[in-house]
Amino acid sequence: MHDFNYHRPGGLFSALEAFTRAEDAQYLAGGQTTIPVLKLRLAMPTDLIDLAGIEELQGISVSETTVTVGAMTTHAEVASSASIRDAIPALAEMAGGIGDPHVRNLGTLGGSIANNDPAADYPAAVVGLSATVHTDRRQIPGDDFFTAIFETALEEGELITRVDFPIPEAAAYSKFKNPASRFALVGVMISRGSKGVRVAVTGAGPCVFRMPGMEEALCEGFTPGALRRISVPADDLNTDIHASAEYRAHLIGVMARRALERIA
Amino acid sequence: MARISLRVNGKPVLGEVEGRTLLVQFLRETLRLTGTHVGCDTSQCGACVVHVRGVPVKSCTMLALQADGAEVTTIEGLTQEGGLHPMQEAFRDNHGLQCGFCTPGMIMASVAFIRKNPDPSETEVQSGLEGNLCRCTGYRNIVISVIAGAKAMRA
Repeated sequence: MHDFNYHRPGGLFSALEAFTRAEDAQYLAGGQTTIPVLKLRLAMPTDLIDLAGIEELQGISVSETTVTVGAMTTHAEVASSASIRDAIPALAEMAGGIGDPHVRNLGTLGGSIANNDPAADYPAAVVGLSATVHTDRRQIPGDDFFTAIFETALEEGELITRVDFPIPEAAAYSKFKNPASRFALVGVMISRGSKGVRVAVTGAGPCVFRMPGMEEALCEGFTPGALRRISVPADDLNTDIHASAEYRAHLIGVMARRALERIA
Repeated sequence: MARISLRVNGKPVLGEVEGRTLLVQFLRETLRLTGTHVGCDTSQCGACVVHVRGVPVKSCTMLALQADGAEVTTIEGLTQEGGLHPMQEAFRDNHGLQCGFCTPGMIMASVAFIRKNPDPSETEVQSGLEGNLCRCTGYRNIVISVIAGAKAMRA
């Protein structure tokens, strides 16, 4: 790892200021991806801006309609939050299945979605639960946030502050874990709420995507059986040493049915 | 170089580190607390697990500067009155280690896990230790040790 200047600003404004002033800055959230990336010298920032000291990026609040999670909230905090378990159990379960217990104690919501790893879990929750990403300058609908592999709608220096998850009537997440890394080989988040039915898939393609065919079928009948006639094409899905595109396509159907069985 | 100030195993510590200095490097190379091991250096194996602010983390994937101001506990500080912690005793009594390389991380992970889940089933222990690998594959006795250690910690 090359050396860098380390900053730990105490507020949002000073973080943005530090980012602008530096030659080539990068934000540090929980570091569970950033530090491995720095070790591999895939990134070589001159300045690393640690967001851990910024109070307004922390915390969980739940209203009648919405679960709000601060960008620097860890996976362990989301997984163990009684109010999230009550309002959106699928969100707590998803967070509790990321990585391993030690990684969950440091890894954060904001870090995960800003990185947009094709096999990360959180993108499926943001899109599958129709969440809104709030930044220092605007609100971005979940559907528009993830743009390509490791790419998001964030502008240079733009900082995620929180994510609002509308509370659905029902939701479930089912994931086929890569047995070594615990990343999603395929993960499917399904929800039914005021914005209709959503099916979001992670791990299978370059980044999270929805399954309109499944969503339409589930609007007619919200049961595992409704998906029986739907075949998932393997076009454009990922192939690597862990699984072929065809295998991932098959897993999308299996994970979607399992998620629905858990709701039913 | 930047100055850091933290508490390690109950004692105040001052140090000078680079931005890139990992917490595990600071513990091992500066403080000479070599009980914390580096296995994979890629946040997979868990040999480097220590407690920071009361929770287990992989110290190879945390900067020393991120622990500035924090309370850190390593395997050396598990008991402050000397002797072995009940979880360490349980690993010794139940042959919970073979080569011993993963053991400090296994024990730090187990102690944190049992504090949250004092009377776990075998399956719960297995998922509680998902972040720790044993290359001797001595998992059977590790799980037995953790169950025994949990019982001793409840007593």
